[in-house]
Amino acid sequence: MTDWIDIGTLADIPQRGARTIRFGDGQIAGAKEIAVFRTGDDHVFALVNECPHKKGPLSQGIVHGHSVACPLHNWNIALKTGEAQGADEGCTPTIAVKQEGGRILIARPASLKAAA
Amino acid sequence: MDFQNNGPETANEEPLFVPSEDVREHLVVVGNGMAGCRAVEELLARDKDRYRVTIFGAEPYVNYNRIMLSPVLAGEKSFDDIVINSREWYSDNDIELIAGDPVTAIDRAAKTVTSHSGRTVGYDKLLIATGSDPFIIPVPGKDLPGVISFRDMKDVDTMLEAAGKGGDAVVIGGGLLGLEAAHGLTLRGMKVTVIHLMDTLMERQLDEAAGWLLKSALEGRGQTILTGANTEAIYGDGRVEGVRLKDGREIPASLVVMAVGIRPSTALAREAGLEVNRGIKVDDHMVTSDPDVLAVGECVEHDGNVYGLVAPLWDMCRSLADGLTDQHTGYKGSVTSTKLKVAGLDVFSAGDFSGGEGCEDIVLRDASRGVYKRVIVKDDRIVGAVLYGDTVDGGWYFDLLRKGEDVADIRDLLIFGQAFASGGGALDPKAAVAALSDDAEICGCNGVSKGQVVACISAGNGSLDAVRATCKASASCGSCTGLVENLLAVVLGDDVKSGPKTMCKCTSFTHDDVRREIVAQNMRSIPEVMQLLHWSTPDGCSSCRPALNYYLLCALPGEYQDDQQSRFVNERMHANIQKDGTYSVVPRMWGGLTNPTELRAIADVVEKYNAPMVKVTGGQRLDIFGIRKEDLPAVWADLNAAGMVSGHAYGKSLRTVKTCVGSEWCRFGTQDSTGLGVKIERMTWGSWMPHKFKIAASGCPRNCAEATIKDFGVVCVDSGYELHVGGNGGIHVRATDLLCKVSTEQEALDYCAAFIQLYREEARYLERTAPWIERVGVEYVKGRIVEDETGREALRARFLYSQSFSQDDPWAERAAGANAELHQPLEPRMPFGVIAAE
Ligand SMILES: Cc1cc2nc3c(=O)[nH]c(=O)nc-3n(C[C@H](O)[C@H](O)[C@H](O)COP(=O)(O)OP(=O)(O)OC[C@H]3O[C@@H](n4cnc5c(N)ncnc54)[C@H](O)[C@@H]3O)c2cc1C
Ligand code: HEM
Ligand code: SF4
Ligand code: FES
Repeated sequence: MTDWIDIGTLADIPQRGARTIRFGDGQIAGAKEIAVFRTGDDHVFALVNECPHKKGPLSQGIVHGHSVACPLHNWNIALKTGEAQGADEGCTPTIAVKQEGGRILIARPASLKAAA
Repeated sequence: MDFQNNGPETANEEPLFVPSEDVREHLVVVGNGMAGCRAVEELLARDKDRYRVTIFGAEPYVNYNRIMLSPVLAGEKSFDDIVINSREWYSDNDIELIAGDPVTAIDRAAKTVTSHSGRTVGYDKLLIATGSDPFIIPVPGKDLPGVISFRDMKDVDTMLEAAGKGGDAVVIGGGLLGLEAAHGLTLRGMKVTVIHLMDTLMERQLDEAAGWLLKSALEGRGQTILTGANTEAIYGDGRVEGVRLKDGREIPASLVVMAVGIRPSTALAREAGLEVNRGIKVDDHMVTSDPDVLAVGECVEHDGNVYGLVAPLWDMCRSLADGLTDQHTGYKGSVTSTKLKVAGLDVFSAGDFSGGEGCEDIVLRDASRGVYKRVIVKDDRIVGAVLYGDTVDGGWYFDLLRKGEDVADIRDLLIFGQAFASGGGALDPKAAVAALSDDAEICGCNGVSKGQVVACISAGNGSLDAVRATCKASASCGSCTGLVENLLAVVLGDDVKSGPKTMCKCTSFTHDDVRREIVAQNMRSIPEVMQLLHWSTPDGCSSCRPALNYYLLCALPGEYQDDQQSRFVNERMHANIQKDGTYSVVPRMWGGLTNPTELRAIADVVEKYNAPMVKVTGGQRLDIFGIRKEDLPAVWADLNAAGMVSGHAYGKSLRTVKTCVGSEWCRFGTQDSTGLGVKIERMTWGSWMPHKFKIAASGCPRNCAEATIKDFGVVCVDSGYELHVGGNGGIHVRATDLLCKVSTEQEALDYCAAFIQLYREEARYLERTAPWIERVGVEYVKGRIVEDETGREALRARFLYSQSFSQDDPWAERAAGANAELHQPLEPRMPFGVIAAE
């Protein structure tokens, strides 16, 4: 069973950009923030806001196609899988997300369930 | 328009045909639209006599082709032209049509329907085909007279009446429907503004590149297109007078057409207790939760899908008729394709063009013909296509897509279309080129034949660039680059020399090519550059986007709208990101001077926001470390209050002007280097550059400000000012070259401005002055700045003009609330935010 959490509308996220979400003190896969990306073609993806390389805040990177370039050392991370592309290796956890009736919903991360 | 022959019918009129004692099963259809009537046609084709048929229609007409309402609005067709089934069809087939009288209730227990006029009719089988209702956005004023949707003939009549009076119209919604409405109203003489919430027109059918082309074309036809525009209210006293946007803009209008989407029309079914989700739920035979009630068309939901186009209806109607005549086949869902019906604009899209894992984009851009084609391939199968400008192959791609054909063999030629890909069986692109005859045209722009290109290569031009320079093939729009490269490979085998490095993997052009073309073709936006220069990716990458943004900014000062999302994080956040994701903040201190107020403000910020460290930088500034992105606007507000502005320590821009104490205090000083430094910094701050840019001014040759390892350095001497250029510290230290010596402070400032502008206009993005000067030679720079007085003056004037737009403090804007969302996390709605669980 998946709980879906309403986090706002598409218009809240800049196109080819990202916004972050914090869940109070809750830990999300060991991290503090989720980054929610909106691509140039208005797809939405959610990843833990940490680069697999040295934890750069992916939400601040340049979004191109369905990838984001990390702001710290320019690794390219696939938004759908969280995997580093090209020669780099590493993976950032992803969070299920969907758009419904104009709202963006993300799956409640497992570790937060107990808190609700 | 003439409806005489076809309606309207009124409920009180006698029905067209009253069947006598009929013992056949009675099929009652609710909805005299495209799906309802098509279902009946399919049924009749299978078994003409099986059912007695009665059709209720809310609209007072016979069945017409709804999708042709657009050409009716545009004046290309009359209502008579779009009628599908005339009255004769109903009478010839013994069908009772009750038009203009909507059904208001279904009694499933009694198996009857009741209409608005009170007529109650019994059924054996009921077919619901009520279509969709236009979605009306719930803004104030939505009910004012003059606000309509675009769904039926009545709406078209209203629009034609309004257009007869001329004036302004607003269409809310830049999708298929909205654009067709806007097109029709424009042709009918209205001044039309389209308001679209998203940044891309028809974003559900088109990708950004195609959307941009479409927008330009429509603007060229006189429409105003506002994308990213959010409607706040429709205003007017007793009748619509205009639309107000969330950003406060008001657009006057005597007619407002809402075309923001449709909702399956399910109210009737819901009240009758049928299972309804987004649409009326049906199985593969279009049967609802009640075995005697069927549903078809836009009002249904099949396997989780709801459709808004006609092609799926045809499939549904076939399965429905099969089921009603006991030959169950079953509907399996549909893949849809779209075409925009606006004369002269060819737009086609099909399938999934959103890309994603394992998807590969094949892009072809032909700027001279205004063509953009994108085919998306996954696992050797076409999964989507977007075509603009040349849609002849739309049907072919769609066919391959639906059949799921393996396209591995024709992969390399796919984008050129069916004629090319299936032609001659030559499937290797090299073989295909080799097979071309000598007089086949390779480069359309310059009219160069294959024979000429081969001769050119054979004469010793072994690289793409050499070919471009010699015989001009592929030297203009570049769309034949691939063909020329293949010819090089055919003629030379492996001896092809690679050309200069391209800007990035998205383009075959170099930085210099791109810059030159931006200016030559007067390009004004990133999507435009990508289109005209045949970018091979839909929206570039993190290498080319910041570069394009800079080149446009430099070419069009004051006009170009900076694209924030194409900037590196530091320039977007106006602070330096640190390895832990916090930011450091460096306020500007002109020429390195400060005072108690500024120092106090900095000290207060450090305490208030618990900054763990403050450091004096190499450029004579104070750097406050460890600020969180949420706190940035507040920090800036505090610093602004003490008179400080952004220090741009984060940008590809002027960083600092470092000074020494100079003649005012130092016993060796020859000139007021501090005062000069302050003046230089006041002149140059805020300017965007290809890379970071550092300046220093020393008061004597002892050079305490280290001016000879700066991009621009001044060393004061008794007789004036020595100007040095092209130095930098860093990994490869480079000392400056002496540019020249000038005698007055004003000259020092003027030469500085001219040099910066030359660098801004001619260096490649991310190329500092040191490598740039090594590349072009200091003699070249001297020629432009020292020897060419008119040229220098012009450069200086261009720099100052551009500066008149760039000296706004970005901190003050953010502190005042601009782009607040960049600093704040989203607020999830919790704990009530859990709106669905599955
Ligand atoms: C301007 C325009 C342009 C379009 N262009 C295209 C295009 O280019 N390509 C494409 O594929 N699709 C296009 N469409 C969409 C296409 O027209 C629809 O997909 C199609 O008409 C749906 O058929 P339907 O029978 O489900 O609904 P409709 O055709 O809308 O038929 C439903 C009918 O039921 C009637 N009705 C509703 N409730 C009741 C009731 N309670 N009692 C009696 N009658 C009722 C309605 O009045 C209506 O006449 C366009 C639509 C519009 C409006
Ligand atoms: C012949 C050699 C030099 C002499 C005689 C000399 C002398 C001086 C003097 C008199 C001052 C001003 C002190 C004051 O504020 O009253 C000064 C400042 C300074 N010198 Fe030198 N200097 C020399 C070379 C250098 C060099 C090579 C460097 C570094 C590369 C340097 C770096 C500095 C710095 C950073 C300052 C402070 C400048 C400021 O911020 O105002 N000096 N020097
Ligand atoms: S550069 Fe010359 S004038 Fe400036 S501080 Fe050093 S010695 Fe004095
Ligand atoms: S932390 Fe992301 S690339 Fe280094």
